[in-house]
Amino acid sequence: MKIMVAVKRVIDYNVKIRVKNDETGVETANVKMSMNPFDEIAIEEGVRLAEAGTAEELVAVSMGGDGTQETIRTALAMGADRGIHVASDEALEPLAVAKLLKALADKESPDLIILGKQAIDDDSNQTGQMLAALLGWSQGTFASKLEFDGGHVSVTREIDGGLETLRLAMPAVITTDLRLNTPRYASLPNIMKAKKKTIDQMSPEDLGVDVTPRLTTLKVVEPAKREAGVMVETVEELLDKLKNEAKVI
Amino acid sequence: MDFQLPEELSLLKDNVRKFVDAELIPIERDVCDGHKIKPEMRTMLEEKAQALGLWLFDVPVEHGGQGLGLLAKAVVWTELARTIALPTRAASIFGPLVSPILFHLNDQQKEHYLYPVIRGEKVSCFVQTEPDAGGDPGAMRTTAVRHGDEYVINGTKRFITNADASDFAQVFAATDREKGSRGGISAFLVDMDTPGIKLLRQQETMMDDRPWEIAFDDVRVPAENLIGEEGEGFKHAQNWISEGRVRHGARGIGVIERCLELGASYAKQRVTFGQPLADRQAVQWMLVDMYTELHQLRLMVHQAAWKADQGGDIRYESYMCKYFGDTKSFEAADRCMQIHGGLGLTTDLPIEKMWRDQRSFIITEGPTEILKMALARQVLREYG
Repeated sequence: MKIMVAVKRVIDYNVKIRVKNDETGVETANVKMSMNPFDEIAIEEGVRLAEAGTAEELVAVSMGGDGTQETIRTALAMGADRGIHVASDEALEPLAVAKLLKALADKESPDLIILGKQAIDDDSNQTGQMLAALLGWSQGTFASKLEFDGGHVSVTREIDGGLETLRLAMPAVITTDLRLNTPRYASLPNIMKAKKKTIDQMSPEDLGVDVTPRLTTLKVVEPAKREAGVMVETVEELLDKLKNEAKVI
Repeated sequence: MDFQLPEELSLLKDNVRKFVDAELIPIERDVCDGHKIKPEMRTMLEEKAQALGLWLFDVPVEHGGQGLGLLAKAVVWTELARTIALPTRAASIFGPLVSPILFHLNDQQKEHYLYPVIRGEKVSCFVQTEPDAGGDPGAMRTTAVRHGDEYVINGTKRFITNADASDFAQVFAATDREKGSRGGISAFLVDMDTPGIKLLRQQETMMDDRPWEIAFDDVRVPAENLIGEEGEGFKHAQNWISEGRVRHGARGIGVIERCLELGASYAKQRVTFGQPLADRQAVQWMLVDMYTELHQLRLMVHQAAWKADQGGDIRYESYMCKYFGDTKSFEAADRCMQIHGGLGLTTDLPIEKMWRDQRSFIITEGPTEILKMALARQVLREYG
């Protein structure tokens, strides 16, 4: 089985996000970037399948500016065999990314594509679903467990009030939930090995995909500051405030 | 000119940082019992260190280690210094402590003394300092006199870390007191069960170390246990002592960073007289000085390590890294403590431990004044 995993470079989850003064977006200059945590889980799952002998090849792909290579290199250090970087300085929207991934899937013919369920920067949660639709493949989103038998994969999904298990025919698109696995630290020897692994570079034009944004961002603003709470003396006072100040009852 | 860490080292840095944040900082006050790692903690953390691939990271490849270059080691030392979890002076969780002098043994000596250490079967101690010879080792009074196939060692040594747990010692003694450090000091491998070695007393200190004072009373050592040639005790020392000094600078980076993290976040939380500490210039300037010195130190350490990896002589850079790194990281711990007020003095926070460690480093392994003496000679040569 051949597995393709998509990884995204995002602002590190530890960074306190700042909105740019001109309200066009968030500040990314001098900000630490790293791999989207859900994508780390996707890579980890791929590496485990390779280690178990279920997968023969694991390809890590990503799209974006120059820094993207570093994120792909992280995936290689965790255990992916090779990487593909689609270089683009456009703001890539989920549909554009899904189209690029479809073009890569047509080229690479993987049996399974694993993605994080969403990226922690825009929280869109769309790419995996769009990709499955474009390819006409089965999809198992929010996976917390995968089991393979023959040409099928059973996907356990976390849904409201319990777990749901789907049995998908492959090829299929999987998106990962937090509890699928705990990603490993890339070990020092593997970091050194990753230096020698190849990352193919191509452009959206090479893949015949138009990535021109279809959405216009009007403005990006910080959430309203939370006011400090007040202590009320009596239940009457509380009711009065809820009625007349908060106007919720 | 490129000031970026190479891609693989920036990956390494991220990984060690994640490891420190996730595995060490949450338990940093519980790892040690006194100055030693608790056995159950050691087992657990050693397994994790092996999964990280950092086992024996500072041991050369030909001896089974990772053989990292100095810049890579500096990155690891820096990240590990962000936590007080691990002892600063003893064997850590990355494999046995291998004194670099052991790499210069002859093949027969390596069989008996280097490989067993790497395999974790033997422990050794470094025996150089004396009551009247520390940063000036040429003044040592312990003598080794040759009698036929043996040397006979007599003298007293002080501040010997781990003497009680050691199977053998690397002992420095004068074979020619006239020559002192210019060809008069020799190094020997001495089994600790040799008759005539006495552990006199163990000393309590404010640092992670309970060193011993030991006496050598007519201790007879086979001549084949001489390291290198007579009078060459310090011959190989220059390289690894320079590395050791860069290590101090690298540690300092990690300490200052942690102090900034703690200091800045507390300054934003703590309100006095209706205003957060972070709004007061007295506190802002402390943080700014730490921030600036962090930047200076990082550039100094990375440049020195890079130069050493290119095969350059970093003697003077290493003096500056140690003196600047130890003093500025101590000042950072001191400022961080001041920002925290009384809380900074408690053992709830790591600050007092960093403060004690960094203060002790200004004295040990090359006191600031001696480093400055050497630098003064150089600056007067270069610019005088």
